[in-house]
Amino acid sequence: MKLPLSWLKDYTDISASVKEYCDALTLSGSKVEGYEILGEDITNVVTAKVLKVEQHPNADKLKVCSVDAGEAEPLQIVTGAPNVFEGAHIVLAKNDSTLPGGIKIKKSALRGVESNGMMCSIEELGLTLNDVPYAPEYGILILAEDAPVGMDIREYLELSDQVVEFEITSNRPDCFSVIGLARESAATFERPFSVHEPKAEGTGASICDSFAVEVTAPDLCPRYCARMIKDVKIEPSPQWLARRLRAAGVRPINNIVDITNYVMLEYGQPMHAFDTAYLSGNKITVRRANEGEVITTLDETERKLDSSMLVIADAEKAVAVAGVMGGMNSEIQPTTKEVLFESALFDGTSVRLTSKKLGLRTEASGRYEKGLDYYNTVGAVNRACELVEQLGAGTVVAGMIDTAAPAPAARKIPFRPDAINRLLGISVSREEMEAIFARLGIVIDGDTVIPPSFRPDLEGEADLAEEVARFYGYDKIPSTLSSGTNLNAGKTPAQKNEDKLKSFMTAQGYSETLTYSFVSAKMYDKLNIPEADTIRNYIRIANPLGEDTAIMRTVALGSLMEAIATNVHYRSPKVSLFELANVYLPKALPLTELPEERRHLVFAQYGEGDYYTVKGLVEELANRFTLGTLTFKPEAEHPSFHPGRTASVYIGEQYLGVFGQIHPQVLVNYDIDVPVYAAELDFETMLAVNVPPMLYKALPRFPSMNRDLALIVDRDTTAADIEACIRRAGKKMLCDVQLFDVYQGKQIEEGKKSMAYSLVFRAEDRTLTDAEVNTAVERILKALSEMGATLR
Amino acid sequence: MREKIFAIRAAVEEKLTTATTMEQLEELRVAYLGKKGELTSLLRGMGALSAEERPIMGQLVNEVRALLESEIQTRSEQLKKEQMQAQLQNEKIDVTMPGTRQTVGNRHPLTIALDEIKDLFISMGFSIAEGPEIETDYYNFEALNLPPNHPARDTQDTFYITDNILLRTQTSPMQVRVMEKQEPPIRVIAPGRVFRADEVDATHSPVFHQIEGLVVDKGITMGDLKGTLDIFAKKMFGPECKTRFRPHHFPFTEPSAEMDVSCFSCGGKGCRVCKDEGWIEVLGCGMVHPKVLQNCNIDPEVYSGFAFGMGLERIVMTRYGVTDLRLFFENDIRFLNQFKGVEK
Repeated sequence: MKLPLSWLKDYTDISASVKEYCDALTLSGSKVEGYEILGEDITNVVTAKVLKVEQHPNADKLKVCSVDAGEAEPLQIVTGAPNVFEGAHIVLAKNDSTLPGGIKIKKSALRGVESNGMMCSIEELGLTLNDVPYAPEYGILILAEDAPVGMDIREYLELSDQVVEFEITSNRPDCFSVIGLARESAATFERPFSVHEPKAEGTGASICDSFAVEVTAPDLCPRYCARMIKDVKIEPSPQWLARRLRAAGVRPINNIVDITNYVMLEYGQPMHAFDTAYLSGNKITVRRANEGEVITTLDETERKLDSSMLVIADAEKAVAVAGVMGGMNSEIQPTTKEVLFESALFDGTSVRLTSKKLGLRTEASGRYEKGLDYYNTVGAVNRACELVEQLGAGTVVAGMIDTAAPAPAARKIPFRPDAINRLLGISVSREEMEAIFARLGIVIDGDTVIPPSFRPDLEGEADLAEEVARFYGYDKIPSTLSSGTNLNAGKTPAQKNEDKLKSFMTAQGYSETLTYSFVSAKMYDKLNIPEADTIRNYIRIANPLGEDTAIMRTVALGSLMEAIATNVHYRSPKVSLFELANVYLPKALPLTELPEERRHLVFAQYGEGDYYTVKGLVEELANRFTLGTLTFKPEAEHPSFHPGRTASVYIGEQYLGVFGQIHPQVLVNYDIDVPVYAAELDFETMLAVNVPPMLYKALPRFPSMNRDLALIVDRDTTAADIEACIRRAGKKMLCDVQLFDVYQGKQIEEGKKSMAYSLVFRAEDRTLTDAEVNTAVERILKALSEMGATLR
Repeated sequence: MREKIFAIRAAVEEKLTTATTMEQLEELRVAYLGKKGELTSLLRGMGALSAEERPIMGQLVNEVRALLESEIQTRSEQLKKEQMQAQLQNEKIDVTMPGTRQTVGNRHPLTIALDEIKDLFISMGFSIAEGPEIETDYYNFEALNLPPNHPARDTQDTFYITDNILLRTQTSPMQVRVMEKQEPPIRVIAPGRVFRADEVDATHSPVFHQIEGLVVDKGITMGDLKGTLDIFAKKMFGPECKTRFRPHHFPFTEPSAEMDVSCFSCGGKGCRVCKDEGWIEVLGCGMVHPKVLQNCNIDPEVYSGFAFGMGLERIVMTRYGVTDLRLFFENDIRFLNQFKGVEK
């Protein structure tokens, strides 16, 4: 909402500077977005009179003029304007003057003749014909014959103003008006405030004798006021009115339309003007639209309506979409002779939904949807008629049509100064509170108050507390600290584990990413996931921004692959990324209850490492989180991973996730040209592991004995099988087994490989003898031979 | 005899000066002082001397021997030192060459800031609440005093899944969930992801993060709200930071406010960071609306509370001068790793 301060002064007098004014209003709750000083860009431009016009000696199209600019001596001005004449009152930009658009005018010589300035057209003043209707279409602006000489043009054309722009919150529809903001301003500065009651009795027979309004949908239109204007003379608005509209951001059009806009800005009550010549029958009906009814609105767009929308109709057709926009068919024309002013109250929700459905938001609909004042319609339409008389725009017809449904009951709010003080942490006297309420139009009635009809936001005691706080000053409320204890302070074990996981991952060289929770359905294709896979049972957003963000992911890997691809494309040589990412798993589709949200730890790397680095990380993770012994199973079926370089991992029988090398086809799908190793593990499964309490284990007191074994085995024999065999046969005495070398090639038979293990033997109660260890090794070798392993 | 002794001494001392290796020194020792060395041989030839001369010569030989042994020892130590020097010289490396690093990663800048904020509120006795990102209309709107068709719903362009299930547009539903589950006293922050149907540009993202705060107890005042958030601001933006509370409107708080902090870049004089205003808007807050308390079965006549909510991205952007919101979700390692040093 843009408020010209000149307009504010009609209602209250505030002497603060514009900066002080803005700061004070911001702190009392009307947030100022910024302010603008109009006319600031025009300096040293004055009204002047042409005394003499002579032909330029060196140029056919130029004239040399002697101009009286109110100075001791006339100024010599060279002009190319065709419409200049002796005696003309003109606008002169003098030497060292500025014009809108950063234009500077300086003394100069034109074809050898000195010129001390420039005569201005309206364009050069940043104006249009709407601002200065009497200006010629071409050439310089010629002012009225009684125009003074030497007056600052900003004063003459009323170009100076200060315009403050407010951000009005949705709970304060009353502040979408000059009067509402004036009331707030007056309350803020504790200045007098008054609104005069507009008067326009009108003449002749009452409108009620010749015209009727019927409301067939009173639920959507509690009140409809109408007045009639005859003998209308459509012409441009006077300068003062046009300037105010323009300062408030509204384009002046003609006197009648401008009056409706002026009243809307001033009263916050949207108005409409119909040309009665185009209304069929002497009656207006406010009704629900017929299904499929069509109207062309003032923006020259055809709109298809439905029965949830409210229209203003004549005997034949809809002539306006109620509260949103009028129809072309009854628009005010230059020839309009008779006008019907509408000042009505429409249901806010209905207007809001209609405006949303039509994709048409207007100044009017924006005001209606916040809920307007039942009592404001009469004042507004009378104000419009008053302006008609003031402007001589027509003859106001006596009487008013008013369909008022019963007035809404006044709210009563209990008023307990103590409770307000307790909530705010202040001690303001009852009298001070009452003074604040009085300034806001709140009526005090013993231990209750009655808020004014234009304040729908005041519903309860907390709302009264806010009014007190706003004008007492938020800044004066002392800062305190609440007492009381909270025994639950701090992080939960799961929250600490989340922190621990992130510390662990970053220490391993991985950086954290954050990706969107929604993905494209194509992500599943890119991950090679077959059409029938149940992981494709995803939740779809009903109104997504686009197909790329339409699916709540059930897999986190795809998002991370996008991040990996981004970095590959930016040519970062080696990158390791992780995310603790939510996946959203529906219990049934379509959703009937909230889905399960699970956090997945997903990580990926390229440029260094291999399958075994990722596996090492998973193993270390198990240590760090006391997950117990993990089981790794070769995973040849996962569609996103390399069938020969992937494992699924289990905590006991519980599936934890999958890791390995990303399938080359997936890399192609993501346009990645380097091998990528990745994992997706279920963090909730990790958190669910029952961690036994940690107990110190005594350090060994007796020395260990080492034995190395180099084995020849079939190429397909797995390390897991060999190690399990060794451990089984080694029994308790064997305390560690480490694979330290794998070799295939020269000296090794085709189809076989050599695997070298380091075995550590120890007893807790004595030093082992060679003989004991040798027996154990023989037992191990025998067991190994049963699975086809021989000593190299 | 005496001449021979002195000749040996002279010869050894002469050779000592030219010996440059430990081996040469050892050879010298063996040649003169060893079992078959020249000086040792002299002692063996002592039998030919007279009885008076014998002890004198004997003593002389021993003295020369001791002297030479000491001189060899000295020379030996000197040589060792030189050798060490040579070795050290030889082992010299270019210490300006780049180090071999065990690279560590870092948390996402938004996580880093969030961790800091969590710690800060935990130190004030808060705990951390959590809640689902896919929410019901009831928790996201209705329980927060935003009934169906409330105009403020329009300002939060909502992603819907069904008529009744949506992506939460704010972290405030977690307030309601906490109040339903827990009796006062309540003191929590609830950080999380929120979703709004905003087209992506430098200042809009359909996914972003908020941090919600909620305190409910007997006798909580608006002064407590100011005091708590004032401490937050000073800890977050520095001890010089000043706060300003402006009236505002939120459906779920009353009275409501927005909190500005004095610009941490210019201290309030006005600069590019604060757009010459001297203040930076940081969060929205207010006293929990009695209707919200009632919706959660908390009696507003007995209890009162305050709540606040802030945008995490906005805080990180103003703090580190990040001008494009998209960077947070693009995950370019060159961006992410810039924040390694600010991780606490």
